Amino acid sequence: MSNFLEVKDLSVRFNTEDGVVQAVDKLSFSLEKGKTLGIVGESGSGKSVTSLAIMGLHKGSRAEVTGQILVEGQDVNAMSEAQVRKLRGKSMAMIFQDALAALHPYYTVGNQIAEAYQVHNKVSKNEAKKRAIEMLDRVGIPEPQKRVNDYPHQFSGGMRQRAMIAMALSCNPSLLIADEPTTALDVTVQAQILELLRDLQKEFGTAIILITHDLGVVAETADDILLMYAGKAIEYGTVRDVLQKPQHPYGWGLLTSIPRLTGDPDKKLLAIPGAPPSLISVPSGCAFNPRCTYVSQVGAACSSSIPDLLPVSAGAHHLVRCHLDVKTREDIFKNQVAPNL
Amino acid sequence: MSTILKVEGLTKHFPGNKNGLFGKRDVVQAVDGVSFEIAAGEAVGLVGESGCGKSTTGRLITRLLEPTAGKIEFEGQDITHLSNAQMRPIRSDLQMIFQDPYASLNPRHTVGTIVGTPFKIAGKEPAGGTKKRVQELLEIVGLNPEHYNRYPHEFSGGQRQRIGIARALALRPKLIVADEPVSALDVSIQAQVINLMKDLQKEFGLAFVFIAHDLAVVRHFAQRVAVMYLGNLVEIADRDTLYTNPKHPYTKALLSAVPEADPDAVGARERIRLTGDVPNPINPPSGCRFRTRCWKAQEVCATTPPQLLQVGKSNVACHFPEN
Repeated sequence: MSNFLEVKDLSVRFNTEDGVVQAVDKLSFSLEKGKTLGIVGESGSGKSVTSLAIMGLHKGSRAEVTGQILVEGQDVNAMSEAQVRKLRGKSMAMIFQDALAALHPYYTVGNQIAEAYQVHNKVSKNEAKKRAIEMLDRVGIPEPQKRVNDYPHQFSGGMRQRAMIAMALSCNPSLLIADEPTTALDVTVQAQILELLRDLQKEFGTAIILITHDLGVVAETADDILLMYAGKAIEYGTVRDVLQKPQHPYGWGLLTSIPRLTGDPDKKLLAIPGAPPSLISVPSGCAFNPRCTYVSQVGAACSSSIPDLLPVSAGAHHLVRCHLDVKTREDIFKNQVAPNL
Repeated sequence: MSTILKVEGLTKHFPGNKNGLFGKRDVVQAVDGVSFEIAAGEAVGLVGESGCGKSTTGRLITRLLEPTAGKIEFEGQDITHLSNAQMRPIRSDLQMIFQDPYASLNPRHTVGTIVGTPFKIAGKEPAGGTKKRVQELLEIVGLNPEHYNRYPHEFSGGQRQRIGIARALALRPKLIVADEPVSALDVSIQAQVINLMKDLQKEFGLAFVFIAHDLAVVRHFAQRVAVMYLGNLVEIADRDTLYTNPKHPYTKALLSAVPEADPDAVGARERIRLTGDVPNPINPPSGCRFRTRCWKAQEVCATTPPQLLQVGKSNVACHFPEN
C-alpha cells in the first residue's frame, strides 16, 4: 500500500446557537510516507479542524465528523476513543503553534517526553528518561542531560518548539501533523525548525502534514499543496503546480498579494477585495464568488452552483474547483496573473 | 527635506527580577543607544526579531514610555522628558497605530466615538462638526460611513485595523508610529492594509515609523530601513541598498532566512543558518551583541562595541562589514 493516509469525503460540522457551522466540507486527500502535504488557507478555512479530525480529537465534542480517515487502512473516524488513543503518539503525532500552551508548566520537559514514550513502550523510568535525552539531543537542544530537567518556562520559544517536536517523534510516528509550527517564531529560528523537520523526515521517513498560512513556508517544505477556502479544497496539486501554475482565482490573489523580497517594491500589491466569509452564512455557489474578479467571465453559475474539484487536464494530478473553463483560465493566468508574480 | 524626528542615544532599561533580599535588581537593556533621523514625509521601517527593542523604540518615540537616557527631538523641540500635559499638543502631530486590532479598540465605544475622541482630547472641533469629519475619515480608510454607530466586535480584523488607522489620522498628524500594523491580519487582508497606508502616506505626506518583523512587508512600505538586534541599531540604509547589498552579517542572515513562495528560489539562494537564539537582554554579550551568533566574529568583537559608521551607502555597526 503506497498511501499511508487516505482521507475520503471528510466533513466536520458544529451545531452552534447561531446555526450549523460547516467547518470542513467533503475533503479528500492522500499522503505517502516520507512526503509532506501543505494545507494552506486563511483563518476559518478549516485547516486546523481537519488536522484535529485526523488525530481523532473531535471525539466527545459537539462536532459531527463524517467520511473516512484511513491511517494505514484503519478508519480513525470509525474507531472508539480507546482505539484512537493507541494510535496517537505511536502512529501519528501532532505539534502545535503555541508550544508554551501545549507543554505542561508543572512538569519538566524531560518528564513530559518520557511520559509520551512510556505510554507506548514498556520501559523503565530510567530508560524513558534516556530516550528523552536522546530525543532532545536529536532536535538540537544544547546540553540535553542538563536541560532535560528544565521546566518549559526555562526554554526559549524556539527550544520549546524543538522540545515539542522531540515529544511528538519519541515513538517514531509514521505521521506528523504540524499545525502552524513556526508562526510564533522569528524568521531565523523558523528556518532552523523547518530544516530540523526536513532532516527528521529524511531520517525516519515520516509523513508530514504541514498546516500554515505562509506560502513561503510550504514552498520550502511541502511536496503537495491543498489550498482551502471556507472549508472546501479549492486547489490540490504539487507545490510546483499550485505555486507556479495556480489555477484558482483565490490562489492567484494570494500569490499576487503577498509582499516579496524580489520584484518591484513600488508596484502596488494586488490585494483580494473583501474578507473571508463567515462559516455560518457561506455565500451560495462558489464561496469565493463575492471576492472574485472573474465572475463576469462565467455568469450566474458562480453564485448558483458549487463547482466540482476537477483535474486541470485529463488525468492530471492538479485539481481545481472553479467554473472558469480551461481556455479562459489559461488566458487570464498568462496575461493578467503571471506578469504580476 | 526637513528633519521631523531626531533620536539620539535613545536608551530604555527596564527593572528586572531582584536577586535575593539584598541583591541587586537585574536590568533589562531593551533599547541601548539608538540614534536615527526621519525626514518629513519619509517612511522608515524598523525591523528585527522579537525582543530586539523595536516596539520599545516606537513607544519611546511616542512617549508612551519614559526614556532612561538619550534625546528625542520632534520638529526641533526636545520632547524627551515632557510631562503628559506638555505632550498633549504635540500628540496631535504624533500618532500611533497598534498591532492588535482587538485590544486597541474599546469594545464599549462605537466606532464614531473611537475615531472622534482625538478631537475631544485635543479640544479641536473640526469644521462641519465631529460626526461629519469622522464619517469622512471612515470613508478615507475604506469603511462605510454609515457604520458610524457600530461597535468594534461587528467588524473583521482588517476592518478594525482600518478603524485604528482612521483614529490615528483624525488630527492630521505629521508622524505615525505603526507597530506591527499588519502582522495580526490574514494574508489576503494584509495587502489591503499595506496599500491603504501607502496611499495615505503619499496623499497626506505623512512620515512613518513602520515597525515589523516581516522583511518583505517592510520592503513594500518603507523608503529607508533600520535593523535592530538586542537593543542596538545594527544597520540603517535606504531600502534598495539594504535589500540588495546588506552590510551587517545579521541583516544578511535575516534576509536569507525569509522563506519565499517560489519552489525554484528555494535551492537557488545562498542560505545562512544562524545557530542558537537571541541572547538574554539582561546580560547581553560584551562588545558586539551579535558576536555569539556571528560567523565572522573575532577577538575585537568581544572587546569593543562597534560604532554605527558609514560604509558605502549604508550606516552599519560592525567591525567586519560585508562588501
